[in-house]
Amino acid sequence: MKPNPSLPSADFYDHQPIRDQFPTLKQTIGDHPLCYLDTAATSQKPQAVIDAMTEYYQLNNANVHRAAHQLSTRATQQYEAVRQQVAHFIHAKHQQEIIFTHGTTESINMVAYGLTAQVQPNDLILIDTAAHHANIVPWQELAKRTGAIIKPIPLTADAQLDINAYEQLLQAKPTLVALCHVSNALGTVNPIIDLIAMAKNAGALTLVDGAQAVAHLEIDVQQMDCDFYVFSGHKMYGPTGVGILYGRFEQLNTLTPMLTGGEMIKTVSFDRTEYGELPNRLEAGTPAIAEVIGLGAAITFLQGLPREQIKAHEQLLMRYLQQQLLNLGDITLYGVSNDNSQSNIGSVAFNVANEHHQDVGILLDQQAVAIRCGHHCAMPLMSQLKLSGCCRASIGIYTNKHDIDQFIHALNTVKELLL
Amino acid sequence: MTQISTKNMPDSQLFTLLPAELIAAVNQIEQANNWQDKYRQIMLLGKQLPKLPDHLKQEDAQVKGCESQAWLYHHQQNGQHFYLADSDARIVKGLIAILLVANQGKTTEQITQFDVHHCFDTLGLSGQLSPSRTNGLAALASAIKHYARGNIT
Repeated sequence: MKPNPSLPSADFYDHQPIRDQFPTLKQTIGDHPLCYLDTAATSQKPQAVIDAMTEYYQLNNANVHRAAHQLSTRATQQYEAVRQQVAHFIHAKHQQEIIFTHGTTESINMVAYGLTAQVQPNDLILIDTAAHHANIVPWQELAKRTGAIIKPIPLTADAQLDINAYEQLLQAKPTLVALCHVSNALGTVNPIIDLIAMAKNAGALTLVDGAQAVAHLEIDVQQMDCDFYVFSGHKMYGPTGVGILYGRFEQLNTLTPMLTGGEMIKTVSFDRTEYGELPNRLEAGTPAIAEVIGLGAAITFLQGLPREQIKAHEQLLMRYLQQQLLNLGDITLYGVSNDNSQSNIGSVAFNVANEHHQDVGILLDQQAVAIRCGHHCAMPLMSQLKLSGCCRASIGIYTNKHDIDQFIHALNTVKELLL
Repeated sequence: MTQISTKNMPDSQLFTLLPAELIAAVNQIEQANNWQDKYRQIMLLGKQLPKLPDHLKQEDAQVKGCESQAWLYHHQQNGQHFYLADSDARIVKGLIAILLVANQGKTTEQITQFDVHHCFDTLGLSGQLSPSRTNGLAALASAIKHYARGNIT
């Protein structure tokens, strides 16, 4: 990608009314307005999400699925309505395919644990090199338990998944392929439908980490045809502490529960316990009820927005961010495709000359600019890029051109201090 | 942190008192006019700190600080404690210089009594010690004390 001082001429979508719904963004830190470019770590929350959680605690607080009284009926109805909502949101066939978890990490752990009995010694598990640690470590543990073998799917020189190498690896008939939809460190997007179709032809199960995709892209798990799709509420304007495990019913139904206890059983005696049906079978214990309700409010919020206009706005912002970084000079971008054919989603990874990413982060923080600096929980990817770490600026639905301008101005000050 | 095997230990001649200019420069930080000046001065402190030779930048001397690497060596002589430290990040290296200026050549008692939070507060840098930071500075500060007490295991 080359610097292009003329970009962008297109108008940004006027989304001030959307931004106004995020109370955290109205603050100043020191002398500067907060410039929040760390949405890929966690997004800010709109007022509607905060209100929904408060309302639950103020009016409807009760345990779910024990509806002997009216509060519990209300809480259960709200909780189950979100399951339905999530099913529609990602186009799942049945609402029983939606399991509430604590987040992406727990969702992947549940699949990796749940498949233990189905994996044999020397079975092959393929993992995307761009994967977050949450999509690596649970599989390593599964491999330790079963004797399965893990192989990374290599990346090309411009940090895209290497389709030819992937095709080769699939010839060995892997049991499972673990992919990310959008890379958390680089914002690169996998051609997910093709990758899943290829895995399926080779007879592999597929799990897709959608944590970085779900706030930016329309998700259709039936069209994708994956076996498992996982994501977190807190990266899509919902609360922390809640996430989703989607599983194709026939596959989900074979998972051994990682957690056992209340809520997930049909009958219990000291001789024998019988587990309940999906989805309860995989939701032991009292769930994060307020957080699930908050997630429902986040989905309602997202569905009430003009998604196409927002998508165009985010793409324009990403372009602008990349171009302004390049125009600044002494900046290396990572994961930007050489021919510009693929646009990145949400995140831009970069370094300033040979400077340490931590120095850049500390000096930006002095100017109220919040970005992430480090290995982004993707050490294998960093080592492939031969980096000890990098800086990552990431945008959300509330980010505007002013944020990018403030960031670039602050980064210019950082350059003056360091170079 | 693990015990550093003696074959990896730096030559004892490397453990010296710090240059007088460095000590004076630390006291200047309080007078910085703005954050740019303050951080510029901190990075200059790092430059003035004696460099750790590359062959001593070893894993067993690392203080785990997550996002930047930092190395720390200790040597005791005649009841005084001496440290050698370095980091691959410039600001952290400057902050290390502040810690070393306060502790180099001091007795166990002096080092035990050194109040790192007060020291950084005075310089307007208390935020850099917070456990939420990934610069490892709090870990370095406590490693310096542990070494002085002789209870690094």
